[in-house]
Amino acid sequence: MTTAAPVRKDRAMELQKELIASYFTRLSRAPQTGAKTVATFVPGNLSELLQCFDAVPVLPEINALQSGMRKLSGNYISEAERRGHSEDVCTYVKCDLGMFDAGNVGPTGEKLPVPDLLLLSYTGCFTFMKWFELLREKLDRPSVMLHVPYQGQGKATPEMRRYIVEQLERVVIPELEKLTGVKFDVDRLREKLALSVKAEDDLVAVWESAKNRPSPIDGYFGGVYYIGPIFTAFRGTQEGCDYYSVLREETMQRVREGRGPVTPDGEMSEEKFRLVVEGPPNWTHFREFWKMFSDEGAVAVASTYTKVGGLYDRGFRHDPKDPLGTLADYCLGCYTNHSLPDRVDLISKYVEEYEADGFLINSVKSCASFSAGQLLILREVEKRTGRTGGFIESDLVDPRYFSAANIKNRIESYLQMVDQKRAAAAGAAS
Amino acid sequence: MTTQRTTAEITAACEEMYYDLSFAAPRRWKDASPDRKVAGYLPVFCPREVVHAAGMLPLGISGAGDWLEVIRGDAYYQSYLCHIPRSTVELALSGRLDFVDAMLFPSTCDVIRNLSGMWQMLKPGCVVRYVDVPQNYDPEIGGRFWQGELRGVAEALSPLSGIEVTDERLAASIRAYDENRAAIDAMYALRRDRPERAPTSEVYLVLRAANVLPVGEHTALVREYVAAAEATPRKSIDASRVVVVGAFCEQPPLGLIKTIERSGCFVVDDDFLLVNRWYTAPVAGASGGRGAFADLASAFVRSTTPTATMYSPKSGRGRPLIDRVRAARAEGVIFAAPSFCTPALLDQPMLSDALDAAGIPWTAFKYAENTGQFQPIREQTGTFADTMKLWEAA
Amino acid sequence: MRCFTGVDLGSTTSKAVVLDERGETIGRGITNSRSNYEMASQVARTEAFVNAKFTLFRRALSARGGSLGLAEALERSFRQEQYLAQLRLLERCARSELDGARYDAVRAGASKRLDAVFAGMHEDAPLWFLPGANRKSDFFRDLAGTSWQVRAERVAGPGDGGIALLMALYDKAILRVENEAVELGFDANIDPALDRVLASASSDRDACRAAAEEARATVLEDVRSVGTGYGRARLPFPKDRIRSEILCHGLGAHAMFPATRTVLDIGGQDTKAIQVDPEGIVSSFQMNDRCAAGCGRYLGYIADEMNLGLHELGPLAQRATRTVRISSTCTVFAGAELRERLTLGEKREDILSGLHRSIILRAMSLLARSGGVADEFTFTGGVANNPAAVEALRGLVRENYGERILNISPNSIYTGALGAALFAFRDTAREDALAKEAA
Repeated sequence: MTTAAPVRKDRAMELQKELIASYFTRLSRAPQTGAKTVATFVPGNLSELLQCFDAVPVLPEINALQSGMRKLSGNYISEAERRGHSEDVCTYVKCDLGMFDAGNVGPTGEKLPVPDLLLLSYTGCFTFMKWFELLREKLDRPSVMLHVPYQGQGKATPEMRRYIVEQLERVVIPELEKLTGVKFDVDRLREKLALSVKAEDDLVAVWESAKNRPSPIDGYFGGVYYIGPIFTAFRGTQEGCDYYSVLREETMQRVREGRGPVTPDGEMSEEKFRLVVEGPPNWTHFREFWKMFSDEGAVAVASTYTKVGGLYDRGFRHDPKDPLGTLADYCLGCYTNHSLPDRVDLISKYVEEYEADGFLINSVKSCASFSAGQLLILREVEKRTGRTGGFIESDLVDPRYFSAANIKNRIESYLQMVDQKRAAAAGAAS
Repeated sequence: MTTQRTTAEITAACEEMYYDLSFAAPRRWKDASPDRKVAGYLPVFCPREVVHAAGMLPLGISGAGDWLEVIRGDAYYQSYLCHIPRSTVELALSGRLDFVDAMLFPSTCDVIRNLSGMWQMLKPGCVVRYVDVPQNYDPEIGGRFWQGELRGVAEALSPLSGIEVTDERLAASIRAYDENRAAIDAMYALRRDRPERAPTSEVYLVLRAANVLPVGEHTALVREYVAAAEATPRKSIDASRVVVVGAFCEQPPLGLIKTIERSGCFVVDDDFLLVNRWYTAPVAGASGGRGAFADLASAFVRSTTPTATMYSPKSGRGRPLIDRVRAARAEGVIFAAPSFCTPALLDQPMLSDALDAAGIPWTAFKYAENTGQFQPIREQTGTFADTMKLWEAA
Repeated sequence: MRCFTGVDLGSTTSKAVVLDERGETIGRGITNSRSNYEMASQVARTEAFVNAKFTLFRRALSARGGSLGLAEALERSFRQEQYLAQLRLLERCARSELDGARYDAVRAGASKRLDAVFAGMHEDAPLWFLPGANRKSDFFRDLAGTSWQVRAERVAGPGDGGIALLMALYDKAILRVENEAVELGFDANIDPALDRVLASASSDRDACRAAAEEARATVLEDVRSVGTGYGRARLPFPKDRIRSEILCHGLGAHAMFPATRTVLDIGGQDTKAIQVDPEGIVSSFQMNDRCAAGCGRYLGYIADEMNLGLHELGPLAQRATRTVRISSTCTVFAGAELRERLTLGEKREDILSGLHRSIILRAMSLLARSGGVADEFTFTGGVANNPAAVEALRGLVRENYGERILNISPNSIYTGALGAALFAFRDTAREDALAKEAA
């Protein structure tokens, strides 16, 4: 349901592209500028802290998804498998290892530096640990562990928080000081955290705009662009704040004009289905995948994947008054660090609060953290909301694991089922 | 015990427990007194001393092997996830675990982690505890966190049994498990030194009985087996000495273990059911007198056996394996990992690279707990064993 | 007469169903799927309309007191006409194929052999349509293929390189036949069929002719078509006339057995577990993941591995005295496991019994995933024709869900097409009602 009208690029979209490109440029020039580079993961990333040491983050997940979108991941994965990695394991890891073997060229076409330190922010994903152990063996760079306990009992305890703060104080910060030669300045961290809060407020306003009908945004496919800056290098920066304020402004304008989301094929003219989506997207066929939804007039009003780097919409904000404690809270609160009952709870709330017609799970082969248990999530959310769930399977960056015909068939079947049930319910009500 | 049992009799008794999905042994223990409670745990680790000190029976759950048809369990898992959670869910949903009062899920991997949440939803009456082991090994940081976790486990269990986990009780439990580990170490030493007397298919069954027996009974069982095995002369066989790595969580079927042996291999070290051999040193006194909880915590951060699920802070991930190969005087390594086992499969290339560098031969295959085909594995490990013999001769 | 049609483009066969103005099924048609989906859909639809006309013919004949034995003979005769029409096309295609430059050197000899093949095939033609003739399928490509091969072998002689040439010509020609329009309809082919039957009929001749005339004169107006099946996106239908096979299977099963609440469909390429409400509306569904383990294809693979026909598997498995436990439903590993079991001395039928059980176990998991097995339970798809699979399913459903009524329709292959046709019927009824309201 997209119009053929020429795509009007929003300013926020352009800004986003500029920001991400500037980040990759800064990273690739690090050997010249002398900035230290620190590899870390999106969930539980310590963006503001790294900035305190003038370090540039390297985000292997982002590199892998970029490789997926640029259709390079297939070769990288094959290369890693030739070197002895199993077909069964996470393709982000294999893609990343293969990218190093292929010369480590980033999305801007420039070679990326080998990170100086591997900051293992071990949050919500077991594979992270093995990933950096593998990189350490391969790159001969030191690693430092920040172990973030899992909220297995449905809550973050003071002991967990203390454990993280102690690791920050006694392991992570000393390592970063040693690496960069910069002395840690807690006031500098406070300033950055204050900037984070602003961006977080704006981002939440953008997420919540999807409660409007039509939703002015797609909170999944479009959402992955919105999280780009805040989940990578721009949380705690003025550029980040500027981007989110423009994004918020533009989104509110769309609400006022009653316009739907912009897709790669134009603006959605009619919102036929409102969905909540659980699970990461597929990156190798991202546009094709999105189109399968937009062609049917389906818009994602909320998603869980866009919360892997923080559940700001459930109230969390960084707190400059308690700089290390707030970083601990942040790490603990990432979506994949939540228990299954909590995830069921969150998805159910999204379905209710965003008045969704249903919810769809994209189960990715690579990611057991998301996938193990999703079939129970499906059943439980259906039970709690009375709304229909759909289930499709793909992978993050393995092009072999995206069967377009199969996925399209399921999406269509699912949406037709939702439509039929809705019609039946309307018929019964009238 | 008045009459000495033979190794065959002992292993037959163990085999019965191995195949018993009605869990008769732990049920018998529980039924002996109305206030007895059972806490199940999944691989790879459980602080069983704490469970024991709470007066409860720690029950190891290692899936359901190849002798349970999985229907309901399969309904919850996509094809690209491993098998152990399927059979475990099947056990739960078929009522076979209804006598279990609490379940402990260690931070082995994301599949087992998420199973803890599933259990909370599927078995609302059961006390479910996720046990997050520390990946920071500083006694003051990771050690302290772990002590807190251990106390948390104790606090979750004590209300069930009505028994408070005092330092004295815990110290006694630690002693019981230290003894058990010593007995198992002796069994492994016997197998290492005289593998023909203690075949792995027997050792495994004796070890596996630790899943369901109270610790004291199991210690006695292991000692009884070791004594009987030592006293029973068996024909020496010409076989290659191998270490089996990767089978620490989902267990290979017994038939697979036998297949490896029959193909001409002596398994002289392995990582089956690693919880039983978790520490490389005694736990009692590990903290230098700071109490039983501190002993457990210190032992964990200082003397945990390196394995795929535990972070290694320094590079040289393959070093401990090479040490094990040398200590066991093994000629080669067999990587036997469950399909879709993230920890084992991601670990393997690091280990095999190190073996290559050290000139230690290895071979690798994947299995599932319900693997029904052993022929390709027999051919593979048989060829591997023959090749090692040829190298040795050359 | 106003009619509504449903077309189900499957991966191996394409099906069509025609409903009359009351929504009752009057015709069903099936053909093998082919690269040209539109053609497959057209042929299936033509077949369904032929079948519908025969329904009308039978009604007309009964009304005139004619014997239905005559109707049966007429239908066989009509099929023969259709066969001959296609055979003529096959001959044209084969000859034009032979005109291609690459056959210059062999053309003269091959042309003679073709004469002999076609003469033979014309001789064979009536035999296929004798009462009780043993046909492995009703599709032209199968009948003509068998006949061609027999005749070609006879003409070429054993060891003659010419057989390869003749078979290659057949492969080329049949592809063209399947993708060219041939008039196979009732109205165009009924006369010669009727003449042949009446030439030997002893009574009811007038009634028969009149009934055929009446059937021909009835105009079947195709008011609306709905398409479904795996190839539905390639049907030349507007988007609102296309429905997913899940919805169509649900509604089709509901139409066949109105108390159906759970549907299991095991086809060649996929397995679907569907829950429907009392109106036949799908409330949840699950399909097998991208791994085809446990689908009909798995049984096909096993049949090949054991050198058996697909239809022989079930009956053989039913002779088992015990069921060997098979852990792998992976199509790739099944062969290896099978051979290992045979080496171990297990009996073929016992292993087969285990294999059937293992694919039904996969289906059970899918059913559990979709919400279980409610009463009544309807089983569709090719595997529903396999008695050993049905037996295993019955047992496992009883063990896991208790007693359930298990429905299997002899027309289960048409479930999707029937559902699609019902959607066409319902959509039109709704539009008519809206139009009436507006007026």
